[in-house]
Amino acid sequence: MSQAGSISVSNIQKIYDPEGAAVHALENCSCEIPSGKFVAMVGPSGCGKSTLLNMIAGFDKPTSGEIKLDDQLLVSANTQTPPNSDRVVVFQNGALFPWKTVLENIAYGPIVQKTRGRGQAEEEARELLNKAGNLERIAGSFPGQISSGMQRRVEILRALINKPKVLLLDEPFRAMDTVSKSKMHQHLLDIHDKFRPSILLITHDLVEAILLADVVLVMTTRPGTIKVNINVELPRPRSREMILSDEFTELQKQAIAAVHEEARKAFERGEKELA
Amino acid sequence: MIIGITSSVLLWYGLVQWTPFKAFNRLPDPLSVIIEWVSTDPDYGLSIFTKDYYLHILYSTYRATVAFFLALILGVPLGIMMGWRANFNAYAGALLDFLRPIPPLAWVPIAILILPGDEPAVIFVTFLVAFFATTLNTLLGVRSIDPDFFRAAECLGATDQDILRDIIIPGALPTIFTGLQIAMGAAWFSLVAGEMIAAQYGLGFMILESYNLVQYPTIIIMMATLGIVGYASSALIRVVGKKMIRWREQATGIGQEAET
Repeated sequence: MSQAGSISVSNIQKIYDPEGAAVHALENCSCEIPSGKFVAMVGPSGCGKSTLLNMIAGFDKPTSGEIKLDDQLLVSANTQTPPNSDRVVVFQNGALFPWKTVLENIAYGPIVQKTRGRGQAEEEARELLNKAGNLERIAGSFPGQISSGMQRRVEILRALINKPKVLLLDEPFRAMDTVSKSKMHQHLLDIHDKFRPSILLITHDLVEAILLADVVLVMTTRPGTIKVNINVELPRPRSREMILSDEFTELQKQAIAAVHEEARKAFERGEKELA
Repeated sequence: MIIGITSSVLLWYGLVQWTPFKAFNRLPDPLSVIIEWVSTDPDYGLSIFTKDYYLHILYSTYRATVAFFLALILGVPLGIMMGWRANFNAYAGALLDFLRPIPPLAWVPIAILILPGDEPAVIFVTFLVAFFATTLNTLLGVRSIDPDFFRAAECLGATDQDILRDIIIPGALPTIFTGLQIAMGAAWFSLVAGEMIAAQYGLGFMILESYNLVQYPTIIIMMATLGIVGYASSALIRVVGKKMIRWREQATGIGQEAET
């Protein structure tokens, strides 16, 4: 459905407040999100994961280095391609417009981009809701009327209707209980199988990262850079039972070792959780 | 509510009739006020059966309404621009912060000097307080919108015009309506004071006039009328607000089915 969508991040450096406190958020950070792959990023709080995601989205730009989308320059110190529906963000705390119904939210992208009329956009939104598991019954509800898990699913659908090349998920399941979370994992895996966008998922949950992703990137503590690049070669379609396999345990060990080393460093430096 | 009103009227009656304080004895008791209010031939010339009573109400309502809508038309766009565009706020905000602490009545002499006649001057001071309340609450409303909504809209391809229509206005609307209610209250407050200083008609004018003419029951009638008209205007805004912010009602009410 979506074509291409490979992101290449090279030598990104980001310094906040360079004349004052000079906080080095990212340093020499390079990584790839290959087309159609699912990449998860883990790391200690405040290591610059969200900063990187915001740059890819077009909300921020680096002090030096560059990010390309399919060999097109996206951002560098001097360029900033404004956000657009090529790369859609799903936010940590959810950003469905509370004054629009579920259907209006999902249809919003095509309507404002004027790629489709209202009627057609809403028709497509309805189809998408159905494909996502008979959700048509919530089409007329306002976001405040549905559960937070459902809100996240709708928000992901709102992104998908634009056929984005890249889906950027900024800890979207952070505030969820275990049961809803595992259901959301299944939904996300389904969506990835069906629509094949490239996905960058930021998370704190290692099990979640390994279960969902093709590649798990572990970031160092600030200044953030990629510490380890773990290839997850579990077969697809994935299922929750794979958590119990030896292969999974092995991957988890690797990830835990890397993450804990960084977490310890951050802890020793006495940094408080920046979330 | 009925108990509250009844007991305060009784308290009033008691204070006037039975307390030894001389001060309270000058206050007309509720009975004589009500008799005067509903009399077909009132002693002091104003009751619900006289044309002048409604003329005063009409004048005050007209002034309050004009001032309120001027505040709405000018205050909401200004507040939106200030909340949305930081550099616009740098200019307008400074001026507003400087002007706002000046009590509205301090403007009366200048307003009379500048504006042609008393009528625009009274409307101007009434407008001024309503305008500040509307502008500042609109500003607050825009600022209170989750920044992620703006980012989400940008990701989905929204232009500035889309963002104004689909994010800023609906997002700020609840706070704007709170502001409008405050503005309406403040407008009446300022209007009565303005009418006492510079008007020939209106509820505020009549309160002072009745005092000067020793028509004490009329003072109370006018005050009570102000209370009723003020309450009605504020209730009207609340009803319109509820209609326009339907999503909020529904979202906080009991949802339809919801599951993950």
